[in-house]
Amino acid sequence: MKLKKMLSLIVTAALCTSVFAGCGNNGGGTASTTTAAPAGTQAASSGKLIKVGIINNDPNESGYRTANDKDLQATFCEANGFDAKFAYSLKNDEQITAAQKFIQDEVDYLLLSAADTAGWDSVLKDAQAQGVKVILFDRTIDADPSLYEASIVSDMAKEGETAVEWLKSQNLSKYEVIHLQGVMGSAAQKGRSGALDATAKELGWTIVTQQTAEWNAEKAQQIVQAAIDSNKSFNVIYAENDDMAKGAVAALDKANISHGVGKDVIVMGFDCNKWALEELLKQNWNYDGQCNPFQSSYIKDIIDKLEAGETIAQKTIIMNEKGFDASTITQEDVDNYGI
Amino acid sequence: MSEKLDPKGKGSVLSGLLRNQIFIPFAALILLALFNLIADPTFFALALKQNSAGSYILSGNLISIIDNGSELAILAIGMTLVTASSKGQDISVGAAIAISGSVLLRVLCGDNTRPETIQAPIFVGFLAAAVVSMLFGAFNGVLVAYFRIQPMVATLILFTAGRSIAAWINNNELPIVPGEEFTYFGGYIPGIPLPTPFLIAILCFILTWLMLKFTNIGLYSQSVGINEKTSRLNGLNPELIKLTTYIILGLCIAVTGLIKVSRLSTINYSVIAKDIEMDAILAVALGGNSLSGGKFNMAASIVGAYVIQFLTTTLYKFDVQATALPAYKAVVVIALVVLSAPVVREKFSRLMKKLRSSNHAAAESA
Repeated sequence: MKLKKMLSLIVTAALCTSVFAGCGNNGGGTASTTTAAPAGTQAASSGKLIKVGIINNDPNESGYRTANDKDLQATFCEANGFDAKFAYSLKNDEQITAAQKFIQDEVDYLLLSAADTAGWDSVLKDAQAQGVKVILFDRTIDADPSLYEASIVSDMAKEGETAVEWLKSQNLSKYEVIHLQGVMGSAAQKGRSGALDATAKELGWTIVTQQTAEWNAEKAQQIVQAAIDSNKSFNVIYAENDDMAKGAVAALDKANISHGVGKDVIVMGFDCNKWALEELLKQNWNYDGQCNPFQSSYIKDIIDKLEAGETIAQKTIIMNEKGFDASTITQEDVDNYGI
Repeated sequence: MSEKLDPKGKGSVLSGLLRNQIFIPFAALILLALFNLIADPTFFALALKQNSAGSYILSGNLISIIDNGSELAILAIGMTLVTASSKGQDISVGAAIAISGSVLLRVLCGDNTRPETIQAPIFVGFLAAAVVSMLFGAFNGVLVAYFRIQPMVATLILFTAGRSIAAWINNNELPIVPGEEFTYFGGYIPGIPLPTPFLIAILCFILTWLMLKFTNIGLYSQSVGINEKTSRLNGLNPELIKLTTYIILGLCIAVTGLIKVSRLSTINYSVIAKDIEMDAILAVALGGNSLSGGKFNMAASIVGAYVIQFLTTTLYKFDVQATALPAYKAVVVIALVVLSAPVVREKFSRLMKKLRSSNHAAAESA
């Protein structure tokens, strides 16, 4: 009984503060729209900080995530007029708890890279009720688009298509591909595998081996080693991330099979790690597809627009992503795009 | 007379073999080998080829197995001791490997993540990594032995936090160790055609054998695992013995970390040695050891580790569909574990005895 009373008290208190906060926000919003636009942005940079709650996956998950987190940390700092709080988890339920906490803390914006696509409806509705604006980055979720302001994502299928298009343009006399897949069912795996599968079927390419190495270099090495040991002939390695390409190359080196530009085996990777692009520069690998982790400039752009009272025309923003060819890559590319 | 003795002799040899624990993983190994022999005899082909560095190395599926299975075999040594003494398993092994590898890279690369030359001798790096992972082992050991927390719960802490700690040690950077020398540990030493991980594993086996032969750690950890109270009454210190086994596992982790990191000269905190703790526990189970502590057979655990790698390589070799790979593995593992369960074995040997006695009776009547 006592507990229930306490709970209801806390809930009412939370509701009250949120209502007041909502008023405050609205007031601020109208104020900035009535004053001239430059003055409004100045107020944002000099006066009140914009409160941002960022929910991301664990930065240790991969090089991609590390770069992604660094980029967000660099952009959403106090010098840029932001008061940012970060929460990391690879688990959806923990992320939802963090989101609820951020909503209670009355953040202005909630930036979200969801671990799982499902289960976000109710918390996003809460956010909407409290006037918290939600921006998705990196990953989409299964929720009504009206619940978020924008979604900034990579198109994994397009990444795969760009890579396969490049492979097609090499005009090899035969295509015998070892296909190293990521963790089965992940968005990156589906997109990147889908493109290769479709083209291989269409043009009659031989997929010598198709196996998941679960983003793991060592497993990739073992898979390629097994292919070499059973005397399979192949001339392309299509690895769905850089780590696996590296493992594959280790196996090739062990068997004295040449790889790279103008050599026996074409090596393809994804993610554009700095060290991978350096391998391209040395012409040890042939191709690396970008998976752009630098969403913060896109997000900041949207926040600036929303703060200025503009509406966002396009909800889903697909980032520009490149593919690098070893014969044309420059040191500048390595410095700019390496993560 | 001799005719009567002969079948009896044969039977006892067979049942003795059956009763010997090491028979189980060996039987699994032979089964897998037979399967490969029938399906494709070229599985066993060995070749002496030049690698890209120019030295001659042996290659073939068998070499891949002894190469890639060695880390697991080394871990199985420590895991067997921990299982025996503390009646539970350490599930933080993979995370601890990440930490140990990270420390090694930190020492070798210094502050710079991409140094031109290594900043410290490899031996010093390994020593630092060994000390750190033995400390983490001691941390687990203290929780288990002195605070009496269940091993799986105690090691859950490091299991959860370990990879983040590993990333933090290197400020979340991914250092790359320069130079050929460092790759020797996970690859080949020029002039030696066998993979170095296997040689390191052999060295570990010899050291373990010496340790079990000339110290009492084997006997003590078994007696603590069988009955802690009696052990204490007999003048043993169960806490200290448990702690020691966890520290030994820490050392095994450091050696494994060295091999893993050396294979690629770099580290990926989230995927290095992923799920290896499960394979290490499985190796102990495949060796016919009871996971609830007590008696153990070290050699059986080691063979169990190579059985797991044999299975993995076989599955890769036969291009099992990626989505079905875990299912295949699970089926084989279940079969092996059930066959090696003490209940099944007892039934089996009783059946053998019955057969033998009926044979005996038949011989007698004839």
